[in-house]
Amino acid sequence: MEVLLGITGKDFTLIAASKAAMRGATVLKASDDKTRHLNKHTLMAFSGEAGDTVQFAEYIQANAQLYSMRNETDLSPSALANFVRGELASSLRSRKPYNVNLLLGGVDPITHKPSLYWLDYLASLASLPYAAHGYAQYYCLSILDKHHHPDITLHQGIKILNMCTDELKRRLPIDFKGMTVKAVTKDGIIDIEFDDDKVVKSA
Amino acid sequence: MDTLVARYSRPAYHENEGLSEQDQQDLHDDVPSLSLKFAMPPVAHPSAWLRAASDDRSNPSCPIKIAHGTTTLAFRFQGGIIVATDSRATAGNWIASQTVKKVIEINSDLLGTMAGGAADCQYWLAWLGMQCRLHELRHKRRISVAAASKILANLVYQYKGMGLSMGTMCAGVTKEEGPALYYIDSDGTRLAGNLFCVGSGQTFAYGVLDAEYRYDLSVEDALELGSRSILAATHRDAYSGGFINLYHVKESGWEKHGFNDTNPIFWKTKLEKGEFSNVTSDLSERV
Repeated sequence: MEVLLGITGKDFTLIAASKAAMRGATVLKASDDKTRHLNKHTLMAFSGEAGDTVQFAEYIQANAQLYSMRNETDLSPSALANFVRGELASSLRSRKPYNVNLLLGGVDPITHKPSLYWLDYLASLASLPYAAHGYAQYYCLSILDKHHHPDITLHQGIKILNMCTDELKRRLPIDFKGMTVKAVTKDGIIDIEFDDDKVVKSA
Repeated sequence: MDTLVARYSRPAYHENEGLSEQDQQDLHDDVPSLSLKFAMPPVAHPSAWLRAASDDRSNPSCPIKIAHGTTTLAFRFQGGIIVATDSRATAGNWIASQTVKKVIEINSDLLGTMAGGAADCQYWLAWLGMQCRLHELRHKRRISVAAASKILANLVYQYKGMGLSMGTMCAGVTKEEGPALYYIDSDGTRLAGNLFCVGSGQTFAYGVLDAEYRYDLSVEDALELGSRSILAATHRDAYSGGFINLYHVKESGWEKHGFNDTNPIFWKTKLEKGEFSNVTSDLSERV
């Protein structure tokens, strides 16, 4: 029951991932960061099979950084998304495929256009205004369908994100221990203070 | 040979034939004995046979496809109860109907909703209507929602494990109880509550409903929220769709607020309010 959420707005992309690292019926860690910075303006969040997730994310991260060092320029979010998709596609038909689902958010360093890419372990790639992975899809997409607009500000985006996490706290039977929230803007990636201790009462 | 033919050509429901008229009458009076009137398939374990023939998950090519997917919701608020449903019936991947009435009018002030097996819900809620009327005649007063829901819950519990499939809500307003809402399912669960969504689209409806639900909603806002929640579910759940069936239950009885096609409502919502921004209306917008 890992939660990944992504929301784009006027000039930012928000990425949120649940903090719980679970193995079986145990929470091993309640402050896990399921995100990796690929470069100054691209962030990737991941969920899926234990082991595969971090291995794959750091492999992508290393390659993104290698590209930046060799070429003295960063890959754009769309270029990275298509690179990741390619890696997932070749992995899918290999002897041991990576079982990883991803959200890749970024702001284009030249056009300053925010973007969000949804990828799954079957190597699907979709560019979307808002996206989710796992059970969060079932509860949050209907909220985002209603409350998201393409030109929202970061403040409004965080408000909508709060509506989503409130609903998850209300209806998901397992505690996901709050969210790490990061925003990508034209100035880079920033950590967002997020209130995880808020208690949500059911109707 | 003749005896063999006679044995197997005799329909099972003839089992009641030997009973006297008085016994037959008693069968009608006792709630549980209704089961005796069903014709059973001529096999050793009817429930196991039904499971084998209709369990889509374990056997995708099973011969009997039970109508399943749904979104239904009901919530209590200051002005009574809102009940809303979609209208799609599916059997496997096949859309069997887009015009199903999933709100069942048990009587002039009690409503039931239909999720799960369409036949099970239709039959047992109609039967519940009969029991409610009998209660009225016997006790010279209308049945409470609590009692009505418990009649249904006890009935489905008797059939537990025999393949019934229903998730239903009973909504009504009475003098004694005020607005009352109960959730009953074929496992035998019976819960009183303020807000329930049932069916394959329940999570999508919960998302929209929970975010803006308050007990002190105005009637107009409550109707809009109910209908918007069903729209959300029909948009995301492949097994929900068709029309939005909307009811408002008040102390004076229930009131129908239309059976409206989701498609024009979706485009109106998208184009006028700017919602559903992931759906493109301009085909040149995206590659």
